[in-house]
Amino acid sequence: MAEYKRSTMIADAPSGYCPGCLHSLATRLISDVLEELGQGDNSLNVISVGCSALNILYWNGDFLSVAHGRAPAAATGIKRTNPERLVFAYQGDGDLCAIGLAEIISAANRGENFTVIFANNQTYGMTGGQMAPTTLIGQKSTTTVYGRDPQTTGYPMKMCELIAALEAPAYVARFALNSPKGVREARAGIKKAFQAQLDGRGFTFVELLTNCPTNWHMSPLQTLDYMNMNTIPYFKPGVYKDKTE
Amino acid sequence: MSEKRFMKGNEAIAEAAVRAGCRFFAGYPITPQNEIPEYLSWRLPEVGGAFVQGESEIASVNMVYGAAAMGTRSMTSSSGPGISLKAEGISYLAAAMIPALIVNISRGGPGLGSIQPAQSDYLQATKALGHGGFHAMVFAPNSAQEAADLVYNAWDYAERDRNPVLVLMDGCLGNIMEEVELPPMKKLTDEDLPEWSLTRRNGRDYQGNITPIYTEPILEGINTMAGEMYKLWEEEDVKFETYELDDAEYVVVAYGIASRVAKEAIMELRKEGYKVGMIRPITLFPFPKKIIHDLDYSRVKGIIDIEMTIPAQMRDDIELQVAERCPVYEYGRSGGCLLDDEGVYDAIKEIVTGGAN
Repeated sequence: MAEYKRSTMIADAPSGYCPGCLHSLATRLISDVLEELGQGDNSLNVISVGCSALNILYWNGDFLSVAHGRAPAAATGIKRTNPERLVFAYQGDGDLCAIGLAEIISAANRGENFTVIFANNQTYGMTGGQMAPTTLIGQKSTTTVYGRDPQTTGYPMKMCELIAALEAPAYVARFALNSPKGVREARAGIKKAFQAQLDGRGFTFVELLTNCPTNWHMSPLQTLDYMNMNTIPYFKPGVYKDKTE
Repeated sequence: MSEKRFMKGNEAIAEAAVRAGCRFFAGYPITPQNEIPEYLSWRLPEVGGAFVQGESEIASVNMVYGAAAMGTRSMTSSSGPGISLKAEGISYLAAAMIPALIVNISRGGPGLGSIQPAQSDYLQATKALGHGGFHAMVFAPNSAQEAADLVYNAWDYAERDRNPVLVLMDGCLGNIMEEVELPPMKKLTDEDLPEWSLTRRNGRDYQGNITPIYTEPILEGINTMAGEMYKLWEEEDVKFETYELDDAEYVVVAYGIASRVAKEAIMELRKEGYKVGMIRPITLFPFPKKIIHDLDYSRVKGIIDIEMTIPAQMRDDIELQVAERCPVYEYGRSGGCLLDDEGVYDAIKEIVTGGAN
């Protein structure tokens, strides 16, 4: 039977994430996989901007904190000069598919041999709940107070589908963290991505559907139901590309 | 053993960087600096380094941010419009205290400007290379040889200060070909990797982290330390050259390509008996304040700021030191129109013969 214990990659400190936020679960999964692969000391976490930046307070491993949207560029510089390191970036939706869209697509297209974990909670959490590129149609935010209208703001951006269309990426997958099954699959997907990187297979991308109880104005449990009803039907979980076999 | 080559200024910068131990370059095409990335695209792999053609100036400077955080000597280059795009990243380098070399081979501005040479980025380089009130040391060579020499030592300053360094050189010097005596290849080992870097090759066994994010009191402390560092630069790192200054009644202040054109004009005017000299700043930041401040103003009748940009941008820095003890004049060309011998000669002569107002 598996032993349930504290992750060594995460600082023994109170979490500043809001109650019910799935960021901490996502971080925990990454930590567990790194430990399992024996890569804790060899890993380097490229920390982006947004709620994800709170990891500068909690991450016990080596990290480089970078500018908004630029994590895939910084990771490129790191990995090209230190190919032996396991390098990953953890980015939110505003960071990755708004301000950093050029950086993520270009790094994926170059087939850079690192991993990007993409936490998609459909909002700008840190700045107070503005519309993100991934905000669902009809979903309310502080800049779409009547709900997102595609006539003026377009449609939620499907990053796995975009990145899977490129030739170079080795592994592209999306998982939802609102169920035990989804959590187990996400863990296996993160492990597959990290292993593919260690095997030198190129760019790997894992999207995690997460929540934001605070800015969705819901209880944590309500967010999990909302994800089942709204998020998952639009952002379909699954493996979009797998060249690792 | 010295090695002499006939090279463009841009190529001299690239080769000197490699010999200084630079092993990472990322950049985006822009005229008139393209010889730097083109040269390094094949040269860096020869010495075990990495070259990346970034998707933008923004991405490129952030690639440098990542590579340099690992302790690798890293650089990017661009021209005015691209340096504007890099401003965010350069500010982050300063905040996270990551040393790197930025090269600006400057052209006409503002906006897209012109692809022809100009010195229109002085204020950007010396006053606000990015947001948040930081400075980088700014070196302004006036020959391919001096560009190579300054680049060769640039990382020593950058690593000493844990701060980005800027080399500002106009497109004219970037593209003219001159004889360059190249310095020897520095052989850096893992032992040379900075203690603060995120590499594990230096035997570090504790957590390493670099962040540009601080709590308010720590950020205030870092701002204060930076202020003290800038003062120290002024005391210890100012570089300039003088020409015919001892008896000069009119003193030209010019840097980069402008200083070369001005020197030709001064030689002619000296032959005609006019007592004209020159101060050539090599560091634009720290600015050579003292040499201008301490001129004998009972002898000096005027200061002439010659720049390849209109209006002159260095003038405020000069006037602060002159402190109204003599008139300050300016002459320049701009927008990619070059300074020429006749124009500069005529401008200086008009001033020294009292024709200028």
